[in-house]
Amino acid sequence: MTGPLLRVRDLTATVTTRREVIRAVRGVSFDINADEAVGFVGESGCGKSVTAKALMRLAPEGASIALGGSVAFWGQELLGLGEEEMRDLRGRRIAMVFQDPMTSLNPVMSIGAQMADMLRRHLGLSGRAARERGIELLDLVGIPEPARRIDDFPHQFSGGQRQRILIAIAISCEPDLLIADEPTTALDVTVQAQILRLLLRLREERGMALMLITHDFGVVAGMVDRVNVMYRGEIVETGLVDDVFSAPQHAYTRALLDAVPRLQGAGAIR
Amino acid sequence: MTAAPLLQVRDLSVLFPARRGAPPVRAVERLSFEIAPGQTLGLVGQSGSGKTTAGRAILQLQKASGGSVRLLGQELTTMPAGALRRMRRHMQFVLQNPYSSLHPRMTIGQILSEPLQVHRSVPANRVRERVEELLELVNLDPTMMRRYPHEFSGGQRQRVVIARALAVNPDFVVCDEPVSALDVRTQAQIVALLQSLQEKLGLSYLFIAHDLAIVREMAHRVAVMFRGRIVEMGSADQVYDSPAHPYTRLLLDAVPVPDPRLQRERLRQAPPDLRFLEGDGGACVHGVDHEGAGTPEWHEVAEGHGVSCRYWPAGSSPAG
Ligand SMILES: Nc1ncnc2c1ncn2[C@@H]1O[C@H](COP(=O)(O)OP(=O)(O)OP(=O)(O)O)[C@@H](O)[C@H]1O
Ligand SMILES: Nc1ncnc2c1ncn2[C@@H]1O[C@H](COP(=O)(O)OP(=O)(O)OP(=O)(O)O)[C@@H](O)[C@H]1O
Ligand SMILES: [Mg+2]
Ligand SMILES: [Mg+2]
Repeated sequence: MTGPLLRVRDLTATVTTRREVIRAVRGVSFDINADEAVGFVGESGCGKSVTAKALMRLAPEGASIALGGSVAFWGQELLGLGEEEMRDLRGRRIAMVFQDPMTSLNPVMSIGAQMADMLRRHLGLSGRAARERGIELLDLVGIPEPARRIDDFPHQFSGGQRQRILIAIAISCEPDLLIADEPTTALDVTVQAQILRLLLRLREERGMALMLITHDFGVVAGMVDRVNVMYRGEIVETGLVDDVFSAPQHAYTRALLDAVPRLQGAGAIR
Repeated sequence: MTAAPLLQVRDLSVLFPARRGAPPVRAVERLSFEIAPGQTLGLVGQSGSGKTTAGRAILQLQKASGGSVRLLGQELTTMPAGALRRMRRHMQFVLQNPYSSLHPRMTIGQILSEPLQVHRSVPANRVRERVEELLELVNLDPTMMRRYPHEFSGGQRQRVVIARALAVNPDFVVCDEPVSALDVRTQAQIVALLQSLQEKLGLSYLFIAHDLAIVREMAHRVAVMFRGRIVEMGSADQVYDSPAHPYTRLLLDAVPVPDPRLQRERLRQAPPDLRFLEGDGGACVHGVDHEGAGTPEWHEVAEGHGVSCRYWPAGSSPAG
């Protein structure tokens, strides 16, 4: 073995826009092992999405990014890798569900064509096989009548359906690592549970590792082994999710947990 | 209590046209509800059940295939374009995504001036003053008006979106998942902001959301949608404390809890069987063909608390 699937050391990310320079990620270090799920929580703007995109070497919208430190994937350093090799990794070995479902789907391409594109490029599937696989994937994420809907365009789906289509595309090439940035914000709790069960199954059956970014502490609770709490571009607390939730060490973590809206009586197992 | 409703929706239906020989999508089916002045109706339910489509059809952003929508006593579905344009200042939309709903190349000041100019709601020389007022209303610093949306956090952007909706002094606002993209602390701030604005300005909201805890906090009444229909509606307490429809119960049971051990165990259990909720069309759970008979599929279980007899498992009954 070459160590963990992902080893991140002293990662820094400086985001430059026309008006300002933001040190969005200020030296974060963490590991993700094969078939492990790691959660990232923290308030808006603390650097979760920039961290996730940095692993894929992507800049945030409308900005450029300078990266420092080290990101090793199966022992291979990604920060110095050529763009060509990076493109082969993205989607195939490391896939990402982006936070904004609308901007990450192509509005003028049918869902089926977008899925087929990925399946052809990375797995070499023929048009027909890609279509069948696409229908299967839509069914997996709970889109009703998938065979009828595969030729529809993004605007013809509901917000939550679009979010699930993104998940279907991300898991389509069976990546080693799935980075999911707020993947269930647009879903009702029963469909959300269905998607979470699907991700758990992929992890169990195929050893897919998961980096899960979410504001929803209920989601993180059930899904991850370890959790990293970010604050202003740094990881301020890290630990097993059970420990962090039952005995948060950092005052900031405590404040976050205290702010979780709770529904009285929820969570009873009937 | 019996104030005339601000909004009255009757049998509202939306069909999306068929593609290539397939039957049309019946996205919203015969929705009926009212919202009183200063009140909030929470709309929750299955992803894809027609919540956004209903909100759009009420605001006349989507053509209804049937039914009626009355705002301030005026019928909107048949209103001529010019009158409808004037009506628009009474009703506004706040969308889920604070990232894509603001124009990236316009400053906050320009974004907030636009509706004021379109509706000519203040004279040209007072626009700037009104923009400052609006920013203060949503607790943002007026000096921020020279900045661009990407320079703001998600929570700040959502405040700008709310300020834009309030620019024309609406009576009714549809909030479609206004806080789901935000972290828990920011969510709480935005919810508090929406509540204080409701108190201050007497606004009515249709509040669409997936977070059931937040809906309970925001809403006076709650409607639950499943496959295009409202399957249950009542006061927030009625729906949350004595849910009557099987789908409502499923939904309440599935709320994730921030307890790792418990939550893992729940995800490990077999998923709930949604099949028993199938059986669209034909007779209801009482064996009545309501469509044929022209009777509503609706049963009162308590005063102001109704439940549909659709999507029930065979042999069960809405009353028991
Ligand atoms: N496209 C961008 N242009 C300019 N600054 C950006 C951009 N994207 C992120 N930033 C800045 O980088 C920092 C980190 O942002 P990031 O998007 O990683 O936060 P986040 O933790 O994902 O927040 P959220 O929970 O709201 O998604 C913030 O200060 C933000 O303002
Ligand atoms: N333009 C369209 N053409 C065809 N079908 C559509 C169109 N817009 C929505 N639909 C379908 O209508 C149904 C209702 O969609 P809607 O967006 O109203 O759902 P929703 O309740 O808001 O869901 P979510 O919680 O996922 O946002 C869905 O099945 C959707 O696929
Ligand atoms: Mg983010
Ligand atoms: Mg919607």
